[in-house]
Amino acid sequence: MNAPESTTEPKIEISGLRKQFGSNIVLRDVNCTVEAGGVIALIGPSGSGKSTLLRCMNLLVIPEGGRIRIGKDSFVFDGKARLPSAREQARFRSGTGMVFQHFNLFPHMTVLGNVMEGPVSVRNMAKAEAEAIARKLLGKVGLSDKVDAFPNQLSGGQKQRVAIARALAMEPEVMLFDEATSALDPELVGEVLAVMRDLAAEGMTMVIVTHEMGFAREVADRVLFMRDGVIVEEGPAREVIDNPKEEATRTFLSHFHNRQDGPSA
Amino acid sequence: MYVWDFASLWSYRWLFLSGTGITVGLTIAIVVLGLLAGLVAGLAQLSRFSALRWISWAYIEAFRCTPLLVQLLWFYYALPILTGIEMTAWTAAVLTLSLYGGSFYAEIIRGGIVSIDKGQSEAGLALGMTPRRVMRRIVLPQAIKRMIPPLMNQSIIQFKNTSLVSVLAVPDLLYQGQVAAMDTYRPLEVYSLIAVIYFVVLVPLTAIVKRSEKYLARSD
Repeated sequence: MNAPESTTEPKIEISGLRKQFGSNIVLRDVNCTVEAGGVIALIGPSGSGKSTLLRCMNLLVIPEGGRIRIGKDSFVFDGKARLPSAREQARFRSGTGMVFQHFNLFPHMTVLGNVMEGPVSVRNMAKAEAEAIARKLLGKVGLSDKVDAFPNQLSGGQKQRVAIARALAMEPEVMLFDEATSALDPELVGEVLAVMRDLAAEGMTMVIVTHEMGFAREVADRVLFMRDGVIVEEGPAREVIDNPKEEATRTFLSHFHNRQDGPSA
Repeated sequence: MYVWDFASLWSYRWLFLSGTGITVGLTIAIVVLGLLAGLVAGLAQLSRFSALRWISWAYIEAFRCTPLLVQLLWFYYALPILTGIEMTAWTAAVLTLSLYGGSFYAEIIRGGIVSIDKGQSEAGLALGMTPRRVMRRIVLPQAIKRMIPPLMNQSIIQFKNTSLVSVLAVPDLLYQGQVAAMDTYRPLEVYSLIAVIYFVVLVPLTAIVKRSEKYLARSD
């Protein structure tokens, strides 16, 4: 780790990423990088490709073209090379944690079981060790009293905090958030954002697809605005959200600036 | 007015008992083997490989869309002529009933698996599980819960279907009953008794299915 470039090399590097579903082109030549410890917010209208970009980062969606590197792992997609095997994909995914809009907790396992599942099932960790990790993480997200509950006994905010703990149990290098608060009742959004804010403060590399502009502005270092499968504007979070340069960004953000003096469009 | 005389069947009690034993044993065998066939065919329906999907489709439809009695006769009489493979009535009965049940089980198993939300698999994959492990740890445990009531229903139907093996002279309950009927000239009593025996075995089972349906629905 004494190589000088290891400190400056971005954690995530994506270049020339292309994806289409049938005739519908979702990503056209997307390039982006995320520094280690960086927090990136992906914003944009629905259908802009931001969720697909996020899902390409852990290969839940396999792109048609381009290159994805996370940490030391990288894959090239050119439509000719053999797709990574199921086992290679699984290993690659184990290095990233993902939090879904609809939580996707495992309903047949307790809260503790959900969080232990990754280490036990993927890492073959001893149950006692995994349980210790799970209890620590559940404490961290404020759910020590819910370890034995089943997911259907939890509120949406609690479910999402369990989902975050479940992802963290794999000790990922990167955390991906796919509209993690969009399915929550407004009064429950805050508790999830608080956990995410703590994670960012601890130096976790995070990519966040979100509609919470206030949160993006406050917590993210950089914001990427996407529309129609391309990154239209990119820059420091406050700059992009407060003073967008592109017309499309301004139009999009005007929907969120109702109570402020929005930029004149 | 017909005068019932069940007393004359008393001397055939061991015959009825052995017939019932064979019917129950046969059912257990064809349910176990049928579930295996159904699991393989049901999973093959969801395979990435189109050849596997096609083969399992052909198997399922061939057995679902032809009458069981025709299948039994075909396996016992036609298959040996076509292939030279001789089989006993027992083998033909177990094989046919298992494959027939398997075709229905396969659809129940496939349906149960696809009914599990895609987000569940995605969550498993995102943790770094292989698709196989996702199936075993995440999808199947949830799907099996949904499959149990229809699988039990299908097995009850299979229990009654075993009566058809009597045409191949497998000594099940119905076959032994026919023997007794011919001996005693008391077919009314014999067939009534046979119906009652099937009924007595199955009623508790249907009650268990009902209870399991309620129990499983509650924890959803």
